[in-house]
Amino acid sequence: MLALLLEAYEYFLANQSRFWAAATQHVWISSAALLIGTAIGLPVGIWAARRAHAGQWAINAFGALRLIPSLAVLFLAQPYLGIGALPALVALTLLAVPPVLIAAYAGVRNVDRGVSEAARGMGMTAAQILWRVELPLALPSIVGGVRSAAVEVIASATLAAFIGGGGLGIFITRGYALFDTRIMLVGAIPVALLALTVELALALVQRRLSSNAGMAA
Amino acid sequence: MSSIVAEQLSKTFPGEARPVVDSVSFRIEPGEFVVLLGPSGCGKTTLLKMINRLYEPTSGRLLIDGADARAVPATELRRRIGYVIQQTGLFPHLRIEQNIAVVPQLLGWERRRIEVRIDELLDLVELPRAYRRRYPRQLSGGEQQRVGLARALAADPGLMLMDEPFGALDAITRARLQDELLRIQQRLHKTILFVTHDVDEALRLADRLLIMRAGRMVQFDTPLAVLSHPADDFVRDLLSADDVLRRLSLLRVADALRPPAVNEGYGNGSSALTPTDDLRIALGRVLEAGGESLPVVADGQNVGRVTPASIAAALARGERALPD
Ligand SMILES: Nc1ncnc2c1ncn2[C@@H]1O[C@H](COP(=O)(O)OP(=O)(O)O)[C@@H](O)[C@H]1O
Ligand SMILES: [Mg+2]
Repeated sequence: MLALLLEAYEYFLANQSRFWAAATQHVWISSAALLIGTAIGLPVGIWAARRAHAGQWAINAFGALRLIPSLAVLFLAQPYLGIGALPALVALTLLAVPPVLIAAYAGVRNVDRGVSEAARGMGMTAAQILWRVELPLALPSIVGGVRSAAVEVIASATLAAFIGGGGLGIFITRGYALFDTRIMLVGAIPVALLALTVELALALVQRRLSSNAGMAA
Repeated sequence: MSSIVAEQLSKTFPGEARPVVDSVSFRIEPGEFVVLLGPSGCGKTTLLKMINRLYEPTSGRLLIDGADARAVPATELRRRIGYVIQQTGLFPHLRIEQNIAVVPQLLGWERRRIEVRIDELLDLVELPRAYRRRYPRQLSGGEQQRVGLARALAADPGLMLMDEPFGALDAITRARLQDELLRIQQRLHKTILFVTHDVDEALRLADRLLIMRAGRMVQFDTPLAVLSHPADDFVRDLLSADDVLRRLSLLRVADALRPPAVNEGYGNGSSALTPTDDLRIALGRVLEAGGESLPVVADGQNVGRVTPASIAAALARGERALPD
């Protein structure tokens, strides 16, 4: 096992420029998907939380969408978007939306009724209630949603290599094609480390936010 | 101090057959403490929320200080009306000082004025100024409701709406806060609309009681008048108006005063009554002292006496001898 890791490390040293290009591509495509996914999921989630029936319907629809495996999303998008980075980005964005959307919905929904009623009764406008009350109170939940979306996107971005989208997945497909475990590890280990780091960092942010908000138990 | 006039105010929620508030009309004078009393579900909260336009009436008109409540945007109207609710509705992510500052900030007060005001209000509701930096969850239930009261008073509104503000507190804390509220009201003379379903609380606080049943206003008068002359059996039962001791607790020694007996000394000084003692306490003392009569002392002077017969007469009259 140790020998295998050392061999993988040697392969990495010998292919550094290719590795860093792939890693950059991986981070770039993941960040872009996360950013766009949040930009869509957040407002839709907040909108859904503010209307009873349409909101519930939208949440169920997106919840169902979540059940489609990432690989299927990638391959299903291919006939429409072709191959390369763009279809991979679209597919990853679709993956990022539901966790953020559902978290935003739940976060706003869980704001205590007395609190939002007091806000209205004191004369805040709808926008003031959103920015000063609902969003700050929903923030820990929203960060939690971004966190699960990020982990999902980083892991799934590996699959982009299957449709020519690049990223660290190229080492996995190559290693698989050549029956070479060393090469696969050069892709798999950094992806795992990246996902873990982001997961821990966002978990920390989430914890800080809840206690800063004076809401920790 | 605001006046409120309701004209045929009604509210029917969408899809409901019956109105929840049904043609309610009243006039509340500036500085009055009015308690809305009625069983749960009779429409008290709905009526209250129509006053700050959290609900819009289905029909009827509402005048605040003579102006139609719809003449200004709802948010602007609400900033001029204090609002206190049972769940406190304090913002959990804001410090106590930030909670209190909300309405002054919405009104665009400058920072220094707000700072001064926060200290004033903490003093008024008898909370230590050190609480400024705390979060609501670090306070007890009673303290949180004091903050709720301070927050509602922050911009010095002429009108306060309070929806069962002490309903979630234990009996001792509730009684303390009732006293505080009366003390604050004596200083500030707000117009207050206070919702409760607790009869003792209502009798204790109200200048006038607005009694509701199934969306309709059934009586609107002083506690003593309502207890002495209930409009119908519903009101009689709701207030246990047949409870003699309850009625006596709203009358005072001054209402049952007889001239001093010629040969009477001060008697036992500690058992002497004062004109402001309530008659429930007075009756107890008279019975304790043998059931004859007790002297009444004001400023060290013997001003008269109270006897079982004079208490019975005051009860039968059912009115105050002197207005406060
Ligand atoms: N937003 C609403 N939609 C429909 N019905 C309501 C709404 N709010 C209150 N009601 C109904 O109106 C009635 C009176 O409610 P409420 O004013 O809260 O009574 P109270 O405060 O006296 O207990 C109740 O039967 C309640 O179910
Ligand atoms: Mg109510």
